[in-house]
Amino acid sequence: MKTAESVVRAEGVHKSYGHVEVLKGIDLTVAPGEVMCLVGPSGSGKSTFLRCINHLETINAGRLYVGDQLIGYAERGGRIHEMRDKEIARQRRGIGMVFQRFNLFPHMTALQNVMEAPVQVKKRPKGEVREQARQLLDRVGLADKADSYPSQLSGGQQQRVAIARALAMQPELMLFDEPTSALDPELVGEVLDVMRGLAEAGMTMIVVTHEMGFAREVGDSFVFMDGGVVVESGDPRAVLAAPRHERTQAFLSKVL
Amino acid sequence: MTGESSLATRGPGVHKPGRTGPAPEQIQAVPLRRPGRWCASAVLVFLLVFLIQGWAANPRMQWETVGEYLFAPAVLEGLRTTLLLTALAMSVGIVGGIVLAIMRMSPNPLLSRLGALYIWVFRGTPLLVQLLFWYFLSAVIPTIGLGIPWGPTFVEFETNALITQLTAAVLGLGLHEAAYMAEIVRAGITSVDEGQPEAAQALGMTRRQTLRRIVLPQALRMIIPPTGNQVISMLKTTSLVFAIAVPELLTSIQGIYSRNFQQVPLLTVACVWYLVATSVLNVGQYYLERRFERGTSRNLPPTMLQRLRKAIPAKAEKAVEQERPS
Ligand SMILES: Nc1ncnc2c1ncn2[C@@H]1O[C@H](COP(=O)(O)OP(=O)(O)OP(=O)(O)O)[C@@H](O)[C@H]1O
Ligand SMILES: [Mg+2]
Repeated sequence: MKTAESVVRAEGVHKSYGHVEVLKGIDLTVAPGEVMCLVGPSGSGKSTFLRCINHLETINAGRLYVGDQLIGYAERGGRIHEMRDKEIARQRRGIGMVFQRFNLFPHMTALQNVMEAPVQVKKRPKGEVREQARQLLDRVGLADKADSYPSQLSGGQQQRVAIARALAMQPELMLFDEPTSALDPELVGEVLDVMRGLAEAGMTMIVVTHEMGFAREVGDSFVFMDGGVVVESGDPRAVLAAPRHERTQAFLSKVL
Repeated sequence: MTGESSLATRGPGVHKPGRTGPAPEQIQAVPLRRPGRWCASAVLVFLLVFLIQGWAANPRMQWETVGEYLFAPAVLEGLRTTLLLTALAMSVGIVGGIVLAIMRMSPNPLLSRLGALYIWVFRGTPLLVQLLFWYFLSAVIPTIGLGIPWGPTFVEFETNALITQLTAAVLGLGLHEAAYMAEIVRAGITSVDEGQPEAAQALGMTRRQTLRRIVLPQALRMIIPPTGNQVISMLKTTSLVFAIAVPELLTSIQGIYSRNFQQVPLLTVACVWYLVATSVLNVGQYYLERRFERGTSRNLPPTMLQRLRKAIPAKAEKAVEQERPS
């Protein structure tokens, strides 16, 4: 098996809901350790693309690889086969996802949220996982909130627990779908700090965000999407300083 | 004293703004007077006392007979059967309800149609008819065998031996209940936010794990209150099985008064036991709901004991305060 030189590779990815084509051929690659910021107006298909990467949605055309594995389908003897629930679940293990609305499990404490997947999915011993989960909560600055339920945490704290929960599966890739959009302005910073720490530690990340400051400082690449296609991409500092495409210019003039 | 609404202050409180000062004074408002409420309460209490007094003192109620039969062995045996029937029928109903709900929500069209068909039949026919149907099953199917369809049969039972009165009662009550429970479970499952299964699947959990670990526990919180109602309703519905002569509480009571003609006192005995049983179930439901409320509200409601304890010292404290010379 050859080692992949890209973590994510999209080749002409199409996705439609019924007759509505939402993704109209996305091509991009994400290198190991790269932080890619995905930006675009509402409805441009950013969430849809992220959800395709971990098979929460099935693509209709093109190819999508994570590492050297085709996502969502099995390619055998030149034919594409549907995948079993178990195999899809296995592929998702290596991909962490953080949602706009946190989606913590409300019936579990912060610690239990973080422990759930390693214990249930990887079947690792509880004692060991608990130790690791405490370290992760410490890493996101919530060591003292281990026994709190999500309803007892602020939005920023919940989102940090959600990041710790995704990290507990030791993913090679982290997907962030507008992780700070549901937060009060004064709580945005604490979540971005955690993400910055992750980026510095070498995590490969795709971040859908409207935080241009974060994109400029932390991003390695910047992708602007509109209407289901990639309009412009490049170095974040270069694109933000001098967008070439007029749609990018129009969008950035509104959010900057 | 006129109904003044000024804030009564306690102690020599010096009002100091700012955080460093003493703790802020608690507001001790003089309660509003509500003469209408007092009048209505007085009238109601009077009527209630009048009714209870008349009922309790009525010699035809024969309270001695009630006392005599309250703990009679036949009555207690009937009560035991009623409780057993309730527990068994609800178990069948809950398990059946979960299975049916999952069938109805299955992507497999055959499964979901079958689920819907079951609910249509069992909810659409009277329970009494269903009970009688199970009881008379042996008339239609005299033997029940285990084997290969249209092939050899390995074991065979007399239907009458297999379906006793008790099994007929449990089947009748339980299968009927399952149809109702299915709708309750389905409503509970659909009430769970769809971000929940997504988050679970994104972590690599299979569909089964997601259902068992994430969706069902959250659905339970929605399912438990109506299920509590169903249990209490079932407790009383079990009295229908007198039709197939299962000796539960009401059947035993009827057996006794058909011999001594003391209908009213004996029916009172039945009511007392039904009330006792539902009261116990109410307490159980309270604690079960409290347990599943974990994580949904910032503060759990107090347990009943905690509430009691809270009420008692509060009164004691007040008494002490009043005794203290000011
Ligand atoms: N399940 C669905 N069925 C039909 N259309 C859908 C569905 N999900 C998304 N869409 C459509 O797909 C388009 C892209 O949606 P998507 O959520 O990917 O946008 P987005 O770029 O993430 O926008 P936002 O910034 O508002 O989150 C939208 O026009 C939306 O209406
Ligand atoms: Mg989106």
